[in-house]
Amino acid sequence: MAVDNGKQIKTAQKDIWPAEYFGDNPDYKEPPELSRLIHLTTVDKVLNLARGYSIWPLGFGLACCAIEGLMATQDPRYDLSRFGWEVNRGTARQADVMVVCGTVTTKAANFIVRLWEQMTEPKWCMALGGCAISGGPFVDSYHVVPGVNKLIPVDVYVPGCPPRPDAVIEGYLMLQAKILDNRKFLEKYKGKVVTG
Amino acid sequence: MIEDATTLVDELGKKFDYVEVNEQSTVIIPADKLLEFMQALKDDYGMDFLTNETAADYPEENKFEVVYNVSSIENGITIMVKTSVDRDNPELPSVFSVWGGANWQEREIYDLMGVVFTGHPNPKRILLDYDYEGHPLRKDFQWKGGRE
Repeated sequence: MAVDNGKQIKTAQKDIWPAEYFGDNPDYKEPPELSRLIHLTTVDKVLNLARGYSIWPLGFGLACCAIEGLMATQDPRYDLSRFGWEVNRGTARQADVMVVCGTVTTKAANFIVRLWEQMTEPKWCMALGGCAISGGPFVDSYHVVPGVNKLIPVDVYVPGCPPRPDAVIEGYLMLQAKILDNRKFLEKYKGKVVTG
Repeated sequence: MIEDATTLVDELGKKFDYVEVNEQSTVIIPADKLLEFMQALKDDYGMDFLTNETAADYPEENKFEVVYNVSSIENGITIMVKTSVDRDNPELPSVFSVWGGANWQEREIYDLMGVVFTGHPNPKRILLDYDYEGHPLRKDFQWKGGRE
């Protein structure tokens, strides 16, 4: 049958196939049956997915904040293990995030930097509580470092004196969003978060 | 066997001619007699435990006062012994040979006040960094704040 193939097929398909297969639909090249099975992405994204859901903290309790940030957060009431982040490492080689809980004195500064340099990339840092963020109430003292960001780059600041365990968990969630590059999550915190 | 601290302090005031006792029953001794007095306290009076050792700064009188709280575990009494040292050249004999517990306490006094204890086994700073300059608990200690 000598017909205009293209035109006929088009009209026929319009009746049979759902509309989203054609026209200016950008998903035309990725039919829904395939998109459920196949993801095209970068290796980085897959690795970050793994990193973001299994953050291993290096417990670094320097003062009273360690009771909230490292103990209370992981106790049954708040239970950081729900998210898969509880595996506290005692050694820097196996940790992803250094949670600096407490006052950083000049004498402690040396080994904070040393442990930070021992941690393997990729690594992140959380400053927990007023002392780790800025020196806190001890900022005018003669041996207190005014914030751990003077020594190492900090990703998440959790304010409070001490922060509640909920706040610490929120800090972890923000760190996860940063690892996954989850801008939608971070935009909720407008004014509190700097997205890179 | 001495029952209470005031009895002991009175007895010490009678026995040693260089001992002063003030109205708070504090024993005040000159710095050059420190070691022999402390040794006598331990050997003859059973004061076997140095509870606390600290220092105070008196810039107007140009002196440091070093304070020893000495206890007897056996008799359950505590007395306070004070001695003064010159502020320009603060040197005292260490009582580490009498009570081992003086080790860290004297390191702390050296760290924060700058009183040098001769004969100390390990005369280093204990709280601050080894290369820290100055002694922060002195009243004329000047320091620029860390706040930006």
